Amino acid sequence: MRDGVRELLARRFGPRELRDAVERPGHLDRGLWRELGAAGFFALRLPESEGGVGLGLPEAVLAFEEAGRALLPGPLVATHLAAGRVPGAAEGHAVVTGPLGGLVEWLGEADVVRGDTAGAVPLRSVDPLTPLHRLPAAGAPDLVAVLLTAAEQLGSAGRTCELAVQHARTREQFGRPVGAFQAVQHLCADMLVRTRTARAAVHAAAVTAGPADVHAARLLADEAAVRGARDCLQVHGGMGFTWEFEVHLHLKRAWIRTRRAGPATESEELMAAALLEKED
Amino acid sequence: MDLTHTPEEVEFRARLRAWLAGVLPALPPPPPPEDWPGRRAYDLGWQRRLYDAGYGDVHWGASPTVRLIFLEETERAGAPYVGACFVGLLHAGPTIAAEGTETQRERWLPPILRGEEVWCQGFSEPDAGSDLAALRTRAHRDGDHYVVNGSKIWTSHAEVADWCELLVRTDPGAPRHRGISWLAMRMDAPGVTVRPLRTLAGSTEFAEVFLDDVRVPVAHRVGAENDGWRVTMVTLSFERGTAFAGEVVACRRVLRELAAEARRTGRWDDPALRRALGGLHAEFRALWRLTQWNVGEAERGGGVPGVTGSVLKLAYSHARQRLYDTAAEVLGAQALDLDRPWVLDRLSSLSYTIAAGTSQIQRNIVAERILGLPKGR
Repeated sequence: MRDGVRELLARRFGPRELRDAVERPGHLDRGLWRELGAAGFFALRLPESEGGVGLGLPEAVLAFEEAGRALLPGPLVATHLAAGRVPGAAEGHAVVTGPLGGLVEWLGEADVVRGDTAGAVPLRSVDPLTPLHRLPAAGAPDLVAVLLTAAEQLGSAGRTCELAVQHARTREQFGRPVGAFQAVQHLCADMLVRTRTARAAVHAAAVTAGPADVHAARLLADEAAVRGARDCLQVHGGMGFTWEFEVHLHLKRAWIRTRRAGPATESEELMAAALLEKED
Repeated sequence: MDLTHTPEEVEFRARLRAWLAGVLPALPPPPPPEDWPGRRAYDLGWQRRLYDAGYGDVHWGASPTVRLIFLEETERAGAPYVGACFVGLLHAGPTIAAEGTETQRERWLPPILRGEEVWCQGFSEPDAGSDLAALRTRAHRDGDHYVVNGSKIWTSHAEVADWCELLVRTDPGAPRHRGISWLAMRMDAPGVTVRPLRTLAGSTEFAEVFLDDVRVPVAHRVGAENDGWRVTMVTLSFERGTAFAGEVVACRRVLRELAAEARRTGRWDDPALRRALGGLHAEFRALWRLTQWNVGEAERGGGVPGVTGSVLKLAYSHARQRLYDTAAEVLGAQALDLDRPWVLDRLSSLSYTIAAGTSQIQRNIVAERILGLPKGR
């Protein structure tokens, strides 16, 4: 499944398509959306009896990691959750969105809106690949949405770590690769530590689906994605600050994803309250 | 990620849990930290109980998963720590098991498993800490003996150890990783002087060991002469695998105790403190999952945990320090009272980012051996 999604995204959403998408804000590639549907991206967890793939959260997490790595645009989580509930969602024929943490992504482009988006106000989105509307109030986050978002963050963290390491290996200053300097090495090492720790948390949460595991995964994955993008930017020096280099897209998307499950403080409060409950 | 257990593993956990529930209530309290002979007897006695019950060799004989279950269950039940048996069970023993001759295994392994002999570790030196290969303690051949001169430092349990796993330089002319040998030295041999070192927590947890013309039989060398570096690496990779599993479980228990204490004192009403505790809960939950992940990898890879242990050590050692700093926030002014719980733990947590390779060296290892960055400077 993961290899299939990775292969599809490499073929259909490579560096050129990413650049094109950035230059056409608010436009979603419907052909790619249908191909994602055909590959089972949205119908992944739908039972085979309902025309789905019949897999579970662990496989969905792997697919969303790949989407996060590739910076794949679109209301992926909302459409995935709508599979089997909204006609055409599972097949990638319908683009479905809905409120997530007081925001709605891709409202203008969606065919179907699930949930209450009354009073939605458009924002000038920080991320050129994610049109946003703000809502007057935020509802309680769906646990699966929180987990799949964490999986996207994890994929992004893995990608920014790779980008930083690639650059550190090849970029030379003072007559040697900058990755030979410990100060740069240690930035990269910490990126890997955060990514590996978050990966264990996300993959375990995909198995247990328990609230404490999911919110722990969310906190760790948010941190790995946001700090990973920032450190990747730093390792790239001046190039990291350009529009052309993709790291700013990882950072901006990671910022948006940190809002989907509501403020991080709510997950921290949930984790704190769990300390007073019976041990699981 | 596979979190399921085989029927054998489930059965092992149930049997161990029942045994612990039967044994622990009758166990006397551990002796005070300054009572070294008492601690030695207590730790060896516990190992003997484990041995008699069939758990004596769980650290080497069992699969990584069974070992993890053992560490989890003993910690949850509040069983004694491995203590003075640490080096024997987790360093010297596994090294001898992997690299020793039949005679050496028969001589040294059973007394470790039966809780009869204590080992200590003579690796670090005043001028060879993180840079272990810089060690200078010399051993030259004199017939069927080595004559050893030099000094070792940070040697835990040196005062009560019977044996020391000792790294010595046997070929000063060779490149520094190639002239080292691994010897088993008796701690009561003439010429061995132990000088306890006091830690910033006030206790004497380790010592300096001075070696003046100490004679060690050549038959006590494990592995080939000058091959001690490779022999040692077998041991160190063992250390960084599941070494912290029990401690991560313990930290999760401390977190729950901290939450209960904060509720009792009213500190819980401070949202910043609550969120700090919640964040630590997320982190330690993730560290437990990472431990399980590493064990799964070890299970698939055939046993010896690799450098991924460095990732866990880095994350865990810093998380532990934050845990006890947050404990101080729960305690308020009482965090300055050595008689309060967690205060000594806060002090000892400061060693975690230093011992067994500093965080800086661990980051070098991650950068060079996992990420493949060029050798640093």
